[in-house]
Amino acid sequence: MERLSQTRAPIYEALERFRRNRVVPFDVPGHKHGRGNPELVELLGERCVSIDVNSMKPLDNLCHPISVIKEAEELAADAFGAEHAFLMVGGTTSAVQTMVLACCKKGDKIILPRNVHRSVINAMVLCGAKPIYVNPDVDKELGISLGMKKTDVEEAIRENPDAVAVFVNNPTYYGICSDLKAIVKMAHEKGMKVLADEAHGTHFYFGRDLPVSAMEAGADIASVSMHKSGGSLTQSSFLLTGKNMNPGYIRQIINLTQTTSASYLLLSSLDISRRNLALRGESSFKMVTDLAEYAREEINKIGDYYAFGREMVNGDSIYDFDPTKLSIHTLDIGLAGIEVYDILRDEYDIQIEFGDLGNILAYLSIGDRIREVERLVTALADLRRRYKKDKAGMLSQEYIAPKVVMTPQDSFYAEKESLPLRETKGRICSEFVMCYPPGIPVLAPGEEITDEIIDYIVYAKEKGCSMTGPEDEKIERLNVLV
Amino acid sequence: MYLFDKDINLRTKKGNDLQMEMWFSDIHTDGVKLSIRIEEQLFSAQSEVQRIDVLESKDFGKILVVDGDLMLTERDEFIYHEMIAHVPMAVHPSVKEVLVVGGGDGGVVRELIKYDDIEKIDVVEPDPLLVEVCRKYIPEIANSLTDARVNIFHEDGLRFIRSKGDAYDLIIIDSPNPFGAGEGLFTKEFYGNCYNALHGDGIMINQNESPFYTEEAFQCQRMHKRIVETFPICRVYQAHIPSYPSGHWLFGFASKKYHPLDDLDKVAWKLKGIHTKYYEPRLHAGVFALPAYVEELLEDVER
Repeated sequence: MERLSQTRAPIYEALERFRRNRVVPFDVPGHKHGRGNPELVELLGERCVSIDVNSMKPLDNLCHPISVIKEAEELAADAFGAEHAFLMVGGTTSAVQTMVLACCKKGDKIILPRNVHRSVINAMVLCGAKPIYVNPDVDKELGISLGMKKTDVEEAIRENPDAVAVFVNNPTYYGICSDLKAIVKMAHEKGMKVLADEAHGTHFYFGRDLPVSAMEAGADIASVSMHKSGGSLTQSSFLLTGKNMNPGYIRQIINLTQTTSASYLLLSSLDISRRNLALRGESSFKMVTDLAEYAREEINKIGDYYAFGREMVNGDSIYDFDPTKLSIHTLDIGLAGIEVYDILRDEYDIQIEFGDLGNILAYLSIGDRIREVERLVTALADLRRRYKKDKAGMLSQEYIAPKVVMTPQDSFYAEKESLPLRETKGRICSEFVMCYPPGIPVLAPGEEITDEIIDYIVYAKEKGCSMTGPEDEKIERLNVLV
Repeated sequence: MYLFDKDINLRTKKGNDLQMEMWFSDIHTDGVKLSIRIEEQLFSAQSEVQRIDVLESKDFGKILVVDGDLMLTERDEFIYHEMIAHVPMAVHPSVKEVLVVGGGDGGVVRELIKYDDIEKIDVVEPDPLLVEVCRKYIPEIANSLTDARVNIFHEDGLRFIRSKGDAYDLIIIDSPNPFGAGEGLFTKEFYGNCYNALHGDGIMINQNESPFYTEEAFQCQRMHKRIVETFPICRVYQAHIPSYPSGHWLFGFASKKYHPLDDLDKVAWKLKGIHTKYYEPRLHAGVFALPAYVEELLEDVER
């Protein structure tokens, strides 16, 4: 079949045809183009509710695409240089889970850095895979986890020749990339698949002078958060596969957990955003990079802040850096990143992506303009003038190497009891604890709880991090194995 | 508020003369607009920053319109410019260095250059085209910018102010409305950096919008709140500007040391012999006496 041009958007076009035909709906959704819910129309607008429709022949079906969704997937695969692309409507979380579920069965080993998104470990709770953690390299000054060192990956592969897959963040939340090509080579030599979490790397496929994308590096499967740097609606995402994956099987895995009523708002937003990136992505991301570089320069002029960039690259655990990411180290003004994050929102009406103990991350995208960047920089200057204090007593240590005792699945489903946080030392945790964002677990099911971890949780709560994961809403108690 | 709306009607008058009517409407709210009959459109162009129009009318003279919003009219601009400039000048005993943010039309500067003591006036106006257009079409106002003490910087106001510390006696924020390109000039970060850019006894004046219509009143409150958080002395004063929404306009007086009423030196100002059409030291005390509902609006955020 002849492939369509990237100027096309088959799902969007089908929706337009559908709208023009003024089809009378005797199917779900029950709001019937909004008529049954005028307040919803008031909120979202007529155009929006009129395309909130169900799967039907002219619009295809995400569970088994044969027409317009299939075409959209082929166009996406083309645009991203993948063998196959899957439109995902359950967030990149569902794409990441699919990657793990598609490559690992119960008892299979998977090699991964510990600073993965919770969705990776969630998938292991579901399938019973066994994590082999590679401790990511750490920048002690900044207090952030970096990429994996090649030697560490090599060692993990050597010690676990039976592992089925290697999982890589490309890049991390902070924009740091491991040497993906080298890791792919090492893994493939031992017959292991390479899974890439590209939640923060959509633009690698379109911009110039950006780190290598997973598909280009030869990875087998990748999760791409189109709704982050790609500009589609929240919750929409792509799953990409390379040559050695069976697309039919992947589809079956996706269908294990995916809704059968996929939203056409999400699907069409993926379709249109893919078209936009294919046609204009290069210039758009050039603009984003320029904005980020300008912001870095201006922020570093203020003093005490450190907006880090490509100078960090070390050829290994920071093999490459994503220049669109604007991360700023704040400890030298005597404030934790999370405190700066809160002050920016509460006092300056500026919402940034997240703050951890030592840094903040401002997310720049194709929707940003210079004038907002000026506001951010100026606010940081003013914040420093008003708040700067001694940094004594500030904690920066962010990464704590886990002691894995059991698989996530065994510990999650094991018999457990709830204990006050301070009394959990030495016990095995059966749940997650993490700051969100970024959603990277401090504790995962199956890991031993140490004093260091307890101190970290208490400190992070005190500084105002939003902690999530445990059953106990206030995170005063943790579930541990009996 | 982006709307440039020309209603063109052709109607037959007695004697079969055809007369064209052209009206410019400045949209004040979704349901209120001020329409001025226009004789001629003198200029219209889109700069990198904004759309600029200059219109000619019988009742208001020349009118400067930016992004569809009325910025000034020849007829009543003196009220705004005199009130934003002379109130602080009559309070601060020795203003030598002044920063005007916005103000590419030259109106504020025209008032400032009446003071011989002022040594330096920095004007930060991001749009060079605005200055050029004003010089050409409203030279009565914009010629002031050629004064030797004036330096014009075509830069973003936020960017300009960041690098300044202890540099000015007076900062005047002559900003357009808070919803467009000038939004950054209504923020806490901007006021904070202005504080930092002022000398220890410096004064900052801002146009503080109108308290009347709901949306502006909210912005008015927000601005006041941000300024109160930043400066030890904050008072608001008013003027009546016919061409602006509701006609009732507020200004913010924020100061590190001088009180707008206690430190007013009427005699010293009178001795300077400056000619004004609206400002008067006698009026000075009166403009800080605000209507009860405005007091309430401001007190609401002062707590």
